[in-house]
Amino acid sequence: MSSFPLFSGEAARTTGEVDAVFLFIVAIGLFFFFLTQGFLIYFAVRYRRRKGEPEAETPQITGSGMLEFIWVVIPSLLILAIFVVGWWGFRDLERPLPGAMEINVTARQWLWEFTYPDGRKVINELRIPVGRPVKLTMTSTDVIHGFYVPDYRLKQDVLPGRYTYLWLQPEKTGTFVIFCSQYCGTGHSAMLANLVVVTPEEFARWEKGPAEAAGGESLAHRGEELVEKSGCLACHSLDGSRKVGPTLKGLFGHQVELSDGSSVVADENYLKESIIDPGAKIVKGFPPVMPTFKGTLSDDDITAVIAYLKTLK
Amino acid sequence: MSHTDAHAINEDRGYLTERGFRSWACTLDHKRIGVLYLFTTLFFFLAGGVIALLMRLELLTPGPTLMSDHTYNVLFTLHGAIMIFLFIIPGIPSGMGNFFIPLLIGARDVAFPRLNLLSYWIFIGGIVVILASLVSPMDTGWTFYTPYSARTGAAVATLSLGIFLVGMSSILTGLNFIVTTHRLRAPGLTWHRLPLFIWAMYATSIIQVIATPVVGITFLLLAAERIFGIGFFDPAKGGDPLLFQHFFWFYSHPVVYVMILPAMGVITEIIPVFSRKPIFGYRAIAYSSLAIAFIGFLVWGHHMFVSGMSHVAGVIFSFLTFFVAVPTGVKVFNWIATLYRGSITFESPMLYALTFIFLFVIGGLTGPFLGALATDVHLHDTYFVVAHFHYTMMGGTVMGLFAGLHYWFPKMTGRMLNETVAKLAWAITFVGFNTTFFVMFILGYHGMPRRYAEYLPKYHADNVFATVGSWILAVGVVIMFANFVWGMFWGEKASANPWRGLTLEWQTPSPPPTENFDEIPTVTDWPYGYGKKAV
Repeated sequence: MSSFPLFSGEAARTTGEVDAVFLFIVAIGLFFFFLTQGFLIYFAVRYRRRKGEPEAETPQITGSGMLEFIWVVIPSLLILAIFVVGWWGFRDLERPLPGAMEINVTARQWLWEFTYPDGRKVINELRIPVGRPVKLTMTSTDVIHGFYVPDYRLKQDVLPGRYTYLWLQPEKTGTFVIFCSQYCGTGHSAMLANLVVVTPEEFARWEKGPAEAAGGESLAHRGEELVEKSGCLACHSLDGSRKVGPTLKGLFGHQVELSDGSSVVADENYLKESIIDPGAKIVKGFPPVMPTFKGTLSDDDITAVIAYLKTLK
Repeated sequence: MSHTDAHAINEDRGYLTERGFRSWACTLDHKRIGVLYLFTTLFFFLAGGVIALLMRLELLTPGPTLMSDHTYNVLFTLHGAIMIFLFIIPGIPSGMGNFFIPLLIGARDVAFPRLNLLSYWIFIGGIVVILASLVSPMDTGWTFYTPYSARTGAAVATLSLGIFLVGMSSILTGLNFIVTTHRLRAPGLTWHRLPLFIWAMYATSIIQVIATPVVGITFLLLAAERIFGIGFFDPAKGGDPLLFQHFFWFYSHPVVYVMILPAMGVITEIIPVFSRKPIFGYRAIAYSSLAIAFIGFLVWGHHMFVSGMSHVAGVIFSFLTFFVAVPTGVKVFNWIATLYRGSITFESPMLYALTFIFLFVIGGLTGPFLGALATDVHLHDTYFVVAHFHYTMMGGTVMGLFAGLHYWFPKMTGRMLNETVAKLAWAITFVGFNTTFFVMFILGYHGMPRRYAEYLPKYHADNVFATVGSWILAVGVVIMFANFVWGMFWGEKASANPWRGLTLEWQTPSPPPTENFDEIPTVTDWPYGYGKKAV
């Protein structure tokens, strides 16, 4: 995890731009802060009446047109300057970048799915090469979400039924957090993803390689990786605790009580059905909120996931 | 108390003489209705505060501490909805406004006393409906954003109806105050002799009457979407979620001035009294209230810069937003100029009034970060926003309310508060408030999103700091309220005018008789001629 050094750490071109605007407003804000609070405290101390002191006759000052003029005009000019600087910075954040790689983002309760030009889908991990602009075309399948990368100082709400856009200009390799910034329900604060910025060579290798570098790893191990990167753990625990959905611990082979009063044994068919068509059988006491993973996880993937679930005794 | 010289203590209990349930429930006396509003709203302030403490406790550790994520989401929704709809919007306007508008303008009551009682009971009806929604408590946030609010299993329609009723009560009260101010001013009390609290309340009432119907209709549409499945806002049914946000903020932005303007009015009354000096820039303060109310209607879109709204609209809203700062600044500068060459004493009302300025200026100066487009993109929906609005709303409005409660306590109850305890509570509250909320600016700059039940470990230390602050703040508030209760029953009897104020409420006994004044006063001058030898 990268750190957030105040006013440095140029993770992206936008980072420094926004911080410059921030500093500009800090300077004007500090000016007014010391001006007003300075006079407030100075007057309060200077003109206080001490205990037992007789009340002084005070001057009948009731106003000053000149002063009113000054403290209307000068603040107006300064805040206009803030507006203009903020506007210019915003234009840069929103300006389309030529030659950008286009990646589609689909948000849903409560995970992020990234679709690359070649059709590969990755959940909760956006991997991009450093130095190359990226255009995100974003939509949601359910409620409003917010795509937020604090290190890039960038944020854009993601809406159902329409597309919103964001341009990224990564300048540093590393892993940065992606938050969901728009409240979207129970799993909102677990709807995190990673922005992984790698060197162009590394990215090319990853792009050419198979979607999953299966190698010689065991089926259950691959299932574990899939469960982690598909966002399952936002709602399902591995330790028996209750989250949005039921725990995965000890699930396989056990009796499950359903909301319609019947019960079922959690075998391979049940698990596969629950992944592809989660609304078909709802576990008693849990809300019917799980999205389908049809098209996201292949049959091979699901087989691997089930193999992994078998190991969670 | 040292200032008992002005008037003899009146043993009469004034408007409080009559006892019994009916004497309160069916009263047409604006003072009693004001007291009913104050008790109701302060109860919900404490309830919302307890919820806030639970939330801070949950945030003591990055992971789950004592509740599920869903429970946390319910709590922040309740905290927001209770504090906004049941405490801060009705608190000063309906509570103090009811009690003091007729007294300050030399009237015997508001223009429509029966309507006034009706609006209180509609308010209570709204509260009952809102409490009924707790059977399936809301988890949408107080902003009700669709489509989430159209889909969640919570009792959104019930809560919407409750808020609709509370809004109706707010409209009726605003209407009543506008007519009262126009029609019932004492002889000689011209507009430019009005106490500035009245100007602030007048501006507030205009916003209430114009803006509240919009949110009422919005909540009805939302209820219709949920109950009948009509697609106003849900894109799956052909609606538009941004339409909801526009409707919602068209009310909910102006309403922040319903929250802050009355508090500014209270502060404006207190500062000259304790500085023994005329208010500086009377007309500038009076007109800036109207300017804030007017400009406040044009800036709602600054809540939506990253919502997907067009960028052109964003630029226009950003531009307009900055102009709210000008009349607000004018008020602050005039308050400070009033102190110049005064003869200042620091009784508890004055301490809270100066605290209001101090904290509100911090809240105000952090506004431009959110009004400027480039920085808002980063800070929107983070703890920076949470810090900003708590500095303006709690550091501003609530401190203004506390100032007013300490200032007018003798008039309302006929008794004095314990000044030493009041100052102790002030000091603890001040420290607790800043400990709790200042660190949230830093959290927000570092990217911690709001409404997160769980957070990354790197935010842990700051959150521990804020949670400890919330305990200090709670201690301060508990001491203050204990002082209120003690003062109500056992406080020293108050004279008619313990602070030697010149406004009309001080020219009648404490507590005032039911008819307010034995004889309606004739006004010959403005109420801010402090510091002359003759006074």
